[in-house]
Amino acid sequence: MKTKKLIIPYILWMFLFTLVPMVLIISNTCRDDSGNFTFMYLMKAFNYKDEFFYSLWVAFLSTSICLIIAYPLSYFISQSSERAQRTYTMLIMVPMWMNFLLRIRAWVLLLQNNGPIDSFLNMIGLDIPLMYNTGAVVLGMVYEFLPFMILPLCTVMGKIDKSLIEAAQDLGCSKFNVIRKVVFPLSIPGIISGVTMVFVPSASTFLVSQYLGGPNNRMIGDVIEMLYKSDKHTASAIALLLMIVILVFMVIMDRFGDEEAVGV
Amino acid sequence: MKDNTIISLKDINVSFDGEVIINNISLDIKDEEFITFLGPSGCGKTTTLRIIGGFLEPDSGDLFYEGKRINGTPPHKRNINTVFQKYALFPHLNVFDNVAFGLKLKKLPKAEIKEKVKHMLSVVDLKGYDKRKVSQLSGGQQQRVAIARALVCDPDVLLLDEPLGALDLKLRKDMQIELKRIQKMTKKTFVYVTHDQEEALTMSDRVVVMNNGIIEQIGTPTDIYNEPANAFVADFIGEANILNATMIEDYKVNILGTEFKCTDAGFGNNAPVDVVIRPEDILVVPVENGTITGKVVNTVFKGVHYEMEVKCKNCTLLIHSTVSQNVGETIGMYVTPDNIHIMRKLFPTPYNEFDAVVAYSSEEDNTTTIIIEGKEVEIKDRYFEKDTNLHIILPPTGIYVAGDGVGQIDDVYIESVIWKGEYNEIIVESDCRKWLMHSAQDEQVATYAPVCFNFTDAIITVASNTEVSDEN
Repeated sequence: MKTKKLIIPYILWMFLFTLVPMVLIISNTCRDDSGNFTFMYLMKAFNYKDEFFYSLWVAFLSTSICLIIAYPLSYFISQSSERAQRTYTMLIMVPMWMNFLLRIRAWVLLLQNNGPIDSFLNMIGLDIPLMYNTGAVVLGMVYEFLPFMILPLCTVMGKIDKSLIEAAQDLGCSKFNVIRKVVFPLSIPGIISGVTMVFVPSASTFLVSQYLGGPNNRMIGDVIEMLYKSDKHTASAIALLLMIVILVFMVIMDRFGDEEAVGV
Repeated sequence: MKDNTIISLKDINVSFDGEVIINNISLDIKDEEFITFLGPSGCGKTTTLRIIGGFLEPDSGDLFYEGKRINGTPPHKRNINTVFQKYALFPHLNVFDNVAFGLKLKKLPKAEIKEKVKHMLSVVDLKGYDKRKVSQLSGGQQQRVAIARALVCDPDVLLLDEPLGALDLKLRKDMQIELKRIQKMTKKTFVYVTHDQEEALTMSDRVVVMNNGIIEQIGTPTDIYNEPANAFVADFIGEANILNATMIEDYKVNILGTEFKCTDAGFGNNAPVDVVIRPEDILVVPVENGTITGKVVNTVFKGVHYEMEVKCKNCTLLIHSTVSQNVGETIGMYVTPDNIHIMRKLFPTPYNEFDAVVAYSSEEDNTTTIIIEGKEVEIKDRYFEKDTNLHIILPPTGIYVAGDGVGQIDDVYIESVIWKGEYNEIIVESDCRKWLMHSAQDEQVATYAPVCFNFTDAIITVASNTEVSDEN
């Protein structure tokens, strides 16, 4: 009983700052200004389906790139000595101590016209648009969310018993086969939590695309932010739809995880 | 090389962080034999196994497989499979897939894999367990899956790293018999690692007794038990009375001040030796018929026999006998000559002998300070001038294990502790040399402890300049 009392502040917090806003969002979506029930705003939300799919696409790209970068890196880290592991984890965490907006601003400074990278490319005769395209947005996202992919992967890979790897080698696995047949299947729980932790915030983030993507590459988060000032009902409807999509995604990932993560 | 040698180790050395783990080991393993590496933890037995398996490269030395040098060959290219200490079964695969793992990598046809796995599962008594998850199996079953998984690959050599360590006593005994049966049936070479001497004696064709990275003795279980090469082996294998004795001449030994006939020769006259007498080899006889006599101080019933402690002079002897004697009774004891085993002493001299230079001294306090391995050690009640070369003979009672932080030399390695009936004979190793000490207390072998010196009974003489060794 005593331990149950300890969660009361948390329940209060959840109630006030999660449950109440959710109810407000639903209520904003389904009722107009005079309080009448309507589906109109949900219908209006579909006008923004391009931004919606663009967001999912950017999130998909960022998550995939994060996974491709993080997986070998995490394997390398998990195979190194404990001391080295601590150092690497530290290095990965350091950028997260800085404010996220500052870091995106830093990218703007780096990528902008006549910025250091642009000047260098111009000097060698290349004129590539660095900013205000999907590439820049994805770059920002990957930079932002990479640690969230590495950390769960490292944790799961670090837990894989070294003797399993030796057993696999013993039974005839080359280095590549060890990864394919033992490390990969055993690291699926890490992949799932990493993918969830990167995909969900990338799909709903805003400001990154405003800074790096410019007005033509708006993501759904930006739309919600912008609309809320003029039309909070439609903004709420979009937010609700976004939540449902993410919820469905998480349920699918969760089911997938249960099947694969046997005995880990 | 003999033709039936399958694996051969030549002058293998391994160190980790400057600590010697394997010290120049050479060993031939014969085809189809069950050979066991036996020794206390930290003796290097698992390291040796990992070298054979290919998981560890020796710092120096060669490993031969059927006459071909295989240093540097990765594990998956050796026809050797391993049963790991904690089984290392793949948690994401079921029993069938675990066992089939190696065969699938060999790209055998599906039907053949299925047949081989089924057969191997029946060999290890796990018929019908194919679809089980490994996490649902008991320790003994997991163990047998691990053996099946290794054996199904048809290796020439199977390495087993303390595979029964996690099982309870009854299951362990059953599995010992099972393993021996499987080894005989499959005609494979089994290289087995254990610290359990009973396990080693039960299963092995040959036992390799290891300690501190060296091989102390190689022999059949009977040899090892009956003819231990030294006090360490005698102490480690079974129960034993290990006593200090003097070899008077060939076939005559002085034990506890009494002359005994024995069957060993070649140790020299009046040479200090260790003798080992197994507790079951001391026969209880009427006082008048006994070579020596003693007083029973304790009797414990052990099922098959009584275990008695008999005080003989200052020494306590252990006797196993099917007839109980009353505590307090004086009994006679007799040992047949061939049951007295003479062994060379582990430490070459019965005292510590070393040279040292006086670092500084005080005539007023009557003290002298010498340097031993870079540490200042004060000798009380003796005065020698600064820079004098001293030759010191320190009896084993002049060194003792000190409490933490107050040792004169810190972190000496306790190499062996052997109960000599009245005290523990302990050999410790510091940076440059080994020391012999006697202690009433028991110390943990293979650990580090600080030691202190007491020079009260030491013989200290002034050595001439030229004789000073640069050791200290």
